[in-house]
Amino acid sequence: MLSEAEHQELNEILKKYPDKRSAVLPALYIAQRARNYLTDDDIRGVAEALDISVTEVQAIVGFYTLLRKDPTGKYIVQVCTDLPCALRGAEEFYRRLCQRLGLPPQGGTTDDGLFTVEAVVCLAACDKVPLAQINLKYYENLSDDRIDAILDGLRRDSEDA
Amino acid sequence: MSLLAEHVLLRHRDVPHIRDINVYTNHGGYDALRKALSDMRPEEVTDVVKAAGLRGRGGAGFPAGVKWSFIPAGVKPVYIVVNADESEPGTFKDREIIEANPHQMIEGIALCAYAVGAQAAYVYGRGEFKGPFVGLQQALDDAYEKGFLGRNILNSDFSFDIYTHLGAGAYICGEETALLESLEGKLGQPRNRPPFPAQVGLYNKPTVVNNVETLTNVPPIVLHGAQWYRQFGTDKSPGTKIFCLSGHVARPGNYELPLGAPLRHLIEECGGGVPGGRALKAILPAGASAPILPGPGWGTGDILDLSLDYESVQAAGSMLGSASFIVMDETVDMVWAASKMAHFFKHESCGKCSPCREGTYWVEDVYHRLRDGSGRPGDVDLLLNIADQMDGNCFCLLGEFSVCPVRSSIQHFRDEYEALVKG
Repeated sequence: MLSEAEHQELNEILKKYPDKRSAVLPALYIAQRARNYLTDDDIRGVAEALDISVTEVQAIVGFYTLLRKDPTGKYIVQVCTDLPCALRGAEEFYRRLCQRLGLPPQGGTTDDGLFTVEAVVCLAACDKVPLAQINLKYYENLSDDRIDAILDGLRRDSEDA
Repeated sequence: MSLLAEHVLLRHRDVPHIRDINVYTNHGGYDALRKALSDMRPEEVTDVVKAAGLRGRGGAGFPAGVKWSFIPAGVKPVYIVVNADESEPGTFKDREIIEANPHQMIEGIALCAYAVGAQAAYVYGRGEFKGPFVGLQQALDDAYEKGFLGRNILNSDFSFDIYTHLGAGAYICGEETALLESLEGKLGQPRNRPPFPAQVGLYNKPTVVNNVETLTNVPPIVLHGAQWYRQFGTDKSPGTKIFCLSGHVARPGNYELPLGAPLRHLIEECGGGVPGGRALKAILPAGASAPILPGPGWGTGDILDLSLDYESVQAAGSMLGSASFIVMDETVDMVWAASKMAHFFKHESCGKCSPCREGTYWVEDVYHRLRDGSGRPGDVDLLLNIADQMDGNCFCLLGEFSVCPVRSSIQHFRDEYEALVKG
């Protein structure tokens, strides 16, 4: 469910639109922020806040790839392996990354629950290959060493927290 | 090296820090808006954009000023929706504008709003642009503070607001009516056309939907005039265009060139050519959504002589689209390349119409078995047959375009397919 602070945040966003249904994606992003995925309770909370049926919000969650219903790692690592990136070695980069993290070649979530690794289609950065988004932040012109260092940094942040 | 003395769109490459509003205004920024509000009637702004011949840069190439003139008089409110859902494989130009030269786009949106009498605009970005949109919101806040947006802009009676909105991962939302559905909080699935968004758009109101790059062209057109703009490009494809160059070139990146520049210049001068002295095998001029053009050793004539304007690329058998050029050298397995695009379209089909929903799955299935060694006799013709069944029967262009890589790769590289069936 949305907290009081989240309701206030949503009320600010609602001022942008003549129809509050337009705020469904922003509201779902707010609800998803804490855990990286949406529970049935979260979805009900958004449906109630915007006067939309739960079924319709469920359909929206199912339609858009950045909205998730399954538990994921704390950090979602999305590596682009679409054609322009694949031509510059992104598929091998992705396979090696999965291997070093002890994951199957198609990706998955590390045992410690820290990283969910996925291959995705075009991220609009085809001139900076290999690249990834980690929790929607761009990391470009990567190498094996660079992404390892980035993931190590996130691991340390997580242990400190 | 460049065919332009200075950039018209990627001005940050000539003027450092132009993303800062003070730098932008010190270099002529918002002068076009000032000029329009003080010296021009709204229809004069539309007229100059029409006279300049600016064509939509999102892919369709439809004349922008003509699109604006479809907005009916007397129906309020009018909306502008800026398509920043940049998701075509190989396309990364709008992101560079938003990150590095956002005020020129913002000024272009405001000029469009003045021309069509709009009260509000929404910039719809793909969900993955969360980071770039933080900077865009800052730029919008700065523009409000300086009086270029909001109530009584520059002390005129023109008032106008711009809002940002992020999608959540769906290529189909780049289709303008699917984008409107998504912005209304629904599934991003395309609408029937007609009615077109100019009549019945966002919240059923008249709406202009334009691409980021299209609107970024507007301030220099209004400031310097149509004749100035037409010094660049060709008669039918005027102006400059950002070409996104990716794949097998030494220097991938965005390059702004006059329309009609030779492909040779883009690939060899800008991109540094195909690395390692390898031969150029094929080019996709508009990401995954246009037919493949074969390289000199695989097709007739020299593709590098191609002139990069809408008409010439079409005459060569493909489309300029959003001008996302994916370059492939002689080492590329074309069945693999086509299968990557088949996967893309299957992943992104919205599921609304059965030819696309079923067809893209079926196509990818056939590619799977071709590539894992279990290709059957007749599979190549089967792919062509599925393409024929989809062609003309899909609800929107996603499905229609999905057959382009299939057909064109078979047309030019059929031997590579047949080898997999026999092998």
